[in-house]
Amino acid sequence: MAGFREAQGDLRLEGVTKTFGDFTAVDGIDLEVPRGSFFALLGPSGCGKTTTLRMVAGLEQPTAGRVMIGDTDLTGSRPYERPVNTVFQSYALFPHLTIRDNVAFGPKRRKAADASERADEALQLVQMASFAGRKPAQLSGGQQQRVALARALVNHPEVLLLDEPLGALDLKLRREMQVELKRIQTEVGLTFIHVTHDQEEAMTMADTVAVMNRGHIEQLGAPEELYDLPRTRFVANFLGQANTGVGTIKDVEGDHLVVNVLGTPVKILRSRSQVHEGDVLFGVRPEKVTVSRTRPEGVGNDVRGVVRDVSFLGVATTYLVDMPSGATWSCYEQNLDVEPLDLRPGDEVWLTWNPGHAFGVPTEDEGSLG
Amino acid sequence: MSALAHVAGDPGLEPAAAAPEVKRRSWTAYLLMLPGVLWLAIFFLLPLVQLASVSLQSRYPGFPGYYYRDLNFSNYASALTDYAPHFARSFLYAGLATFLAFAVAYPLAYAMAFKAGRWRNLMMICVIAPFFTSFILRTFAWSQILADEGWVAGVLNFLHLLPNGHIINTPIAVVAGLTYNFLPFMVLPIYASLERADPRVIEAGGDLYANGFTTFRTVTLPISMPGVLAGTLLTFIPAAGDFVNMELLGPQRGKMIGNVINDQFLAVPGGYPVAAALSFTLMAAILVLVFLYIRRFGTEELV
Repeated sequence: MAGFREAQGDLRLEGVTKTFGDFTAVDGIDLEVPRGSFFALLGPSGCGKTTTLRMVAGLEQPTAGRVMIGDTDLTGSRPYERPVNTVFQSYALFPHLTIRDNVAFGPKRRKAADASERADEALQLVQMASFAGRKPAQLSGGQQQRVALARALVNHPEVLLLDEPLGALDLKLRREMQVELKRIQTEVGLTFIHVTHDQEEAMTMADTVAVMNRGHIEQLGAPEELYDLPRTRFVANFLGQANTGVGTIKDVEGDHLVVNVLGTPVKILRSRSQVHEGDVLFGVRPEKVTVSRTRPEGVGNDVRGVVRDVSFLGVATTYLVDMPSGATWSCYEQNLDVEPLDLRPGDEVWLTWNPGHAFGVPTEDEGSLG
Repeated sequence: MSALAHVAGDPGLEPAAAAPEVKRRSWTAYLLMLPGVLWLAIFFLLPLVQLASVSLQSRYPGFPGYYYRDLNFSNYASALTDYAPHFARSFLYAGLATFLAFAVAYPLAYAMAFKAGRWRNLMMICVIAPFFTSFILRTFAWSQILADEGWVAGVLNFLHLLPNGHIINTPIAVVAGLTYNFLPFMVLPIYASLERADPRVIEAGGDLYANGFTTFRTVTLPISMPGVLAGTLLTFIPAAGDFVNMELLGPQRGKMIGNVINDQFLAVPGGYPVAAALSFTLMAAILVLVFLYIRRFGTEELV
């Protein structure tokens, strides 16, 4: 393989842009993925995450910018010249080849003498060894998915790309495969880049998540960090649920900002707000809000509301509460007490939360803040 | 799985009301088949039986055109001994035409499936358009195109590429005509199988270190094999029995088997039994060839 590039190291995207005609799918992305990490590109469909992945694979060439692994510039090289393999969304197994020949395809192209043995080892790793002699059409979706994974892993690529690999599986199988993928990634220690629109999938598996929207990276960080302290309105709404309201910053009280949300003053820790004057989108996660019948003392943030709906989930109860501002908040209370709150629609309640749990983001998203 | 078990389950366990429903449905299937089955029985099976009986008849000596019922297998013997070269020539020309049609059709079908973009429909129309005029008319047109005064022969003669100065009335013209006439039957199945292929599967070849040519050889071509198989059969079978191209474009001597059958039926007095025996021999030979071919190259999808 004359043109093959033996690159090693971190994956780096530098100002990568891709346009299709008038449409900009990916708009100047800078990204660094440390070697051996599990990285997720998360975003709604059409946000440019799959295009980004295909540019790393070499299946698309960037309009501008560079794709690097370590010190090797891969921009412009063909897919077969890159130490990168892809697990396609539709699995894309070769229908005319047996499972073993599918997996041995890559090693054979690189003239490995032990292609068949390596294929069998890889099939062992994904627990599909007993299906080696079958054709792809004889396997279920979940099994094909494992084979597609083995077919990529067998090559020990420097970077493994996963394009919504679990999208076609049912919920139970998806959960199993999430755990399985994480196990395999830890075992083989390769860089995994996982593209998904499922925020739960991204958060359970990845060390680092990049949230993409309209060709930009909105925010990048550990899943806990993104959830706990979103920096843009889009991230706040896309990752999990958030109770939000637009307000104006009125005052500063020590470490806290006082925000007037439609007549109700609430506090945000200064360091947890991206905006320090003018309009701000205030938000707090449903599980951070406590529901009580009486007004608690000294919490700092409390709002009165009327219960609209109560859903008992077993481990927890979700309350929908109409706020004086006209918004409806959702509150998630763990059922720790033997004696339930016994709230019904129409009951008046107090909602409280720790100001250190709220966050403030700009009211409108503009460009990349990643 | 459970739905399957439900259908395959003991009918006795089904509610009683379901039984007549099932019965009516099975009758509907037979009713729908009836016109087709009748048509085939009257216009295919009966003539076939008739032809079989003709192929075994004997002539009244001295009365050409009159036969009596017999089991005269010598018709087959003379069909094979007298016309073996014609059979060989037919299969050779049909084989050449099939190969040439494949060589022309595959790149065309590939371009239509993967590269044509918005031109795809126009290309499709161009492939199908010849069907709007008669096969015979188009072959007549070819006899003009390939005539000695035509530009094809002119250019080839200018380049000194024709040994005897002619292209019309040569085997080359016959093979060219056969290739042209059956080309759409090659293009369409190959196009269908390429168009149906998942582009990601072909991308996967590149992703797994196969360059463009290797991907084509190891992925694209094998995936399209059902189409290639169908196309070659649809070309070879009618080409082997064809007589129009030889009649209009071919030489006076060295005919194909289709022309012999045609002459025996229509021109040679008392030729019916031999013509019928030749027809059956051709059918059997093609069946054997096709069977061997499918055994060698066949895929589950087609057989």
